[in-house]
Amino acid sequence: MSAKPRRAAGVLAAFTAVALAATACGDSSEPAGKDAKNITLTISANAIVGGKNSAGAEWIEKWVIPRFVEAQKAKGVTAKVTFVPSGVDDEQYKTKLALDLRSKGGADVIAVDGIWVGEFVQAGYLKPLSEVAGDQVDSWEGWSQIPETVQGLGSFEDKRYAIPLGTDGRVLYYNKKLFAQAGLPADWQPKSWQEILDAGAKLKALPGVTPIQINAGTAMGEATSMQGALPLLVGAGGEIWADGKWAGGNQPVKDVLDFYTKVYGGGLGDPKLQQEAKGRDKSFAEFAAGKIGILAEGDYFWRSVINPKDGIAKMADRDTTVGYALIPAKQPGAGIRGQDFVSMSGGGVRALNPNSKFPSQAWELLAFMHSAEAVKAELAGAARITARTDVNKEVLAADPMLNFVAEKVLPITAYRPPLAVYPQVSLALQEATADAASGKAVDATASAYQKKVEGFVGGPGNVTS
Amino acid sequence: MVEGARPVTGASPAPDAAGLGRARATGFLVPSMVLILLFLVVPAVWTIYLGLTNYRLTGLAAANPQIVGLDNYTRALGDERFRTSLVLTLQFVLGSAVIGQAGLGFAIAFALRDRSGPLRRVVEAFVLLSWILPSSVVAFLWIALLDRDAGTLNALLGIPGTAWLLDHPMLSIIIFNTWRGTAFSMMLYAAALENVPRSHLETARLAGASTWQQLRDVVFPRIRGHVLTNLLLISLWTFNDFAPFLITAGGPEQRSEILPVYVYKVALSGGELGFGAAISFIMLLINLVIALVYLRMLGRRKEKA
Amino acid sequence: MSTATRTPPAPATDPAGEGPTIAVRHLLAQIGRYVFLCAVLGFFALPLLWLTTAPFDDTPTVTASLPQFTLDNFRALLDNPYALSSLRNSVYLAAGTAALVVTFAALAAYALSRVRVPGRDALLYGLLLLSSIVTGTATMVPLFELAFRLNLIDSRLGVILILSGGLLPAAIFILKDFMDSTPTSYEESARVFGASPLQIMRHIVVPLVRPGLATVGVWAVANVWGNFLVPFLLLRSPDKAPAAVIMYTLYTEGGQADLRLLSTFSLLYSLPVALMFVFVSSRYGFRFHGGIKR
Repeated sequence: MSAKPRRAAGVLAAFTAVALAATACGDSSEPAGKDAKNITLTISANAIVGGKNSAGAEWIEKWVIPRFVEAQKAKGVTAKVTFVPSGVDDEQYKTKLALDLRSKGGADVIAVDGIWVGEFVQAGYLKPLSEVAGDQVDSWEGWSQIPETVQGLGSFEDKRYAIPLGTDGRVLYYNKKLFAQAGLPADWQPKSWQEILDAGAKLKALPGVTPIQINAGTAMGEATSMQGALPLLVGAGGEIWADGKWAGGNQPVKDVLDFYTKVYGGGLGDPKLQQEAKGRDKSFAEFAAGKIGILAEGDYFWRSVINPKDGIAKMADRDTTVGYALIPAKQPGAGIRGQDFVSMSGGGVRALNPNSKFPSQAWELLAFMHSAEAVKAELAGAARITARTDVNKEVLAADPMLNFVAEKVLPITAYRPPLAVYPQVSLALQEATADAASGKAVDATASAYQKKVEGFVGGPGNVTS
Repeated sequence: MVEGARPVTGASPAPDAAGLGRARATGFLVPSMVLILLFLVVPAVWTIYLGLTNYRLTGLAAANPQIVGLDNYTRALGDERFRTSLVLTLQFVLGSAVIGQAGLGFAIAFALRDRSGPLRRVVEAFVLLSWILPSSVVAFLWIALLDRDAGTLNALLGIPGTAWLLDHPMLSIIIFNTWRGTAFSMMLYAAALENVPRSHLETARLAGASTWQQLRDVVFPRIRGHVLTNLLLISLWTFNDFAPFLITAGGPEQRSEILPVYVYKVALSGGELGFGAAISFIMLLINLVIALVYLRMLGRRKEKA
Repeated sequence: MSTATRTPPAPATDPAGEGPTIAVRHLLAQIGRYVFLCAVLGFFALPLLWLTTAPFDDTPTVTASLPQFTLDNFRALLDNPYALSSLRNSVYLAAGTAALVVTFAALAAYALSRVRVPGRDALLYGLLLLSSIVTGTATMVPLFELAFRLNLIDSRLGVILILSGGLLPAAIFILKDFMDSTPTSYEESARVFGASPLQIMRHIVVPLVRPGLATVGVWAVANVWGNFLVPFLLLRSPDKAPAAVIMYTLYTEGGQADLRLLSTFSLLYSLPVALMFVFVSSRYGFRFHGGIKR
């Protein structure tokens, strides 16, 4: 039930300024509901053929839609399924979705970032899956294949709102060649932040090499939070949001800022790179060129950036040169839940539009898109951590790195709070890392950060200090 | 609303030469006024209303927006980031619109005033081209020009590694916007200079007046009205120009975060539409003040003259 | 005495005695003028350099350099199912908006110029200020809601109407001054011969202000051509998306620009407006006739 043009009326309305009242949906003579013989469904995703996430768009257009239509035909149902591509900045895609859902329009099956689920639910844009499509949701075979933690990506306050596509994890990548030159081991696994700094100090001796790249500042945007500040924060035993309160300038946050001061104040990182608009791209290119010793990134970096086949900064010798290690807590046992190692994860999900004209069939389509067969087709031969364990078992075996993430990282990972103010708190945290990287005093930076957060979340009562 | 507008009303030609009459004149006005009312005034008033609420695009405040009165305004005025942004915006307008576009535009128009032929056509064509190309394209061109490692400018000057966009972000976007918008001023002044009798300039020159004296005594008094229009329009446009976002994204660390960029970050990235709307309204008021200042400075003197 | 420079209009007369110094000064001024104009040319041409080299380079970087010549980038771009249709959509949106803006603004400007409407200037300035607020991000919700209530979502007409509403005040402002500076005697005589106001407008006023109409038209086209937010928010079907929207999709999942597609598309995206400008300026003249003054 996409918001199709009802344009003829629009022209007249514009010029006479009379028809300000919205007219509801048009033809209602069709037998609606579960038994409808003619159904129309739309899918929306931030992907477009020939542009951003082209493979995902092609999968929907060439694999999902024809097969689904075929299957419906076998049941005697004429299905018309269309894909509405986008392929823009995530923020802009989110805005468009919110506007659509707010005016009770939009596609039936909607791909969103897991982090948006909570705020969309709070705004009344999404409803629990079983409320939209009925009992068939809970009896779906796929749930048993998706680990509880990963299901959390599509849940909010213990209700399922969406099915996760997959997830990821963050690790420390390091260049084994540079490590050998600096006299560091090839199978490196730091056990504390100090060991990272020690390795950095040794790498510093190599000419033309930036020892450590840990994202800082606002130019990198959310990449600073996900690959830098937040993994460090959970490593210091802090959480950005816990028990209804946001982290202010508390000790874990100060520890994080202190680490940034040591990296960038100690000449172990390139502070200028953090400010550049294309700084993250450059960090990729520099790592691929062997100019960065240690880099904190997600598995995206492994499979899409330095992938020797089709990466954007290909590394022909990736498999032999690049090592990966778990991100350590500040000291062993200092991480959240008393962990020695930590990580952060996120991932996309697909939800149903609560205003769908054919909610039951929309669920069928959604479930079909998340069947083992469809998920495998979506990968199209590439390896990635999907939400389904059965698929992961098959596809990850060939890639030790992704297997490492699935086996070692996912059990210890943490997720961001899916709340509307999170982007602002995240931005404040990025600003604090920028200040720390440029050498400002940790205490002053932490209290400035605390003040900003208090402003966003409604006063000091909602902030831990 | 803008009473100060009165004094500069130019001498309109003899009223109603075509026998239009009030009724038909109204008829001529209706189509544009309907469009403006519906698609400009309505959303603008709506935005002003949003500025009084804590409305957000998502989250709890999207479901139940509350009227918060002038909270957004007091918050903005007390916000360090807003004030910094305002100062940067004024620098941007003064540097790129008043000095850059108007100054360079006039200089080009003056240098070309009695010239025709290929040089004039080529210069004009390039200046105009930078005006009409889409901003996403020109933004990319400037990123390519100013890049730290591989930028054309650094390659040309032989100074690789100079990070123009990081070390001089405001200067970069000011020069960018000068490049982008000079065409309008150039065209306007070129037309205005046609109104200055050449014999007057000639006389002044032969009397030994320097170029500067010619400009001050002969040219400027005759184009004062045009200067006013020009400054008014380009200042408004520059004040609300979003294109620098495409080059520096307001960075590094907000050092080039002019107000339109600030609003974008507040309203779109932060999702705070109510607050963003309030800042937009403050921008409107500042635009109003700028317009009144121009009318004062250039309008009154014209009356005396 | 005519000076030794190559410039055309040498001074006609030269009072005796002061000749040489003035001539020297004149010469210096001429040289200075050339140097200045060449500098201007360089300043305005330099950034455009990249646009002429990168699309033909098989591995474009951000540096403008002599390309390893190839047309592969254009072939790759043609594989993109939306690239060419998006340009057509842009033409549609830009032409529609420009036609609407020029027609409506000309009518309104003429009426405002010839008939005294009380509060005219205040109205114009007020609308001009409002039009600046509507271009901001904060207005997107009202604009979307408005379009939704008028059934203008996924309608190109909706985009045209909304963009026109924003452009009209400045267009009226600019055109009114063109109208003010045209003589009214023709209109008076036409009126004597019984022409209706619309006929007078069409046959007398429009030809007189044609360069102004052309300028406003080009200005409107350039504005629509580059506008991303309004078509992005209002249009849904990808086959209606204009080039400004498609341009933003030429990035990879991680946000990296695909320089081969981006540079090539930039060139194709820029050509129509550049050609339009050349056409309009040779056909109608592209300038402010008499200038805008208030």
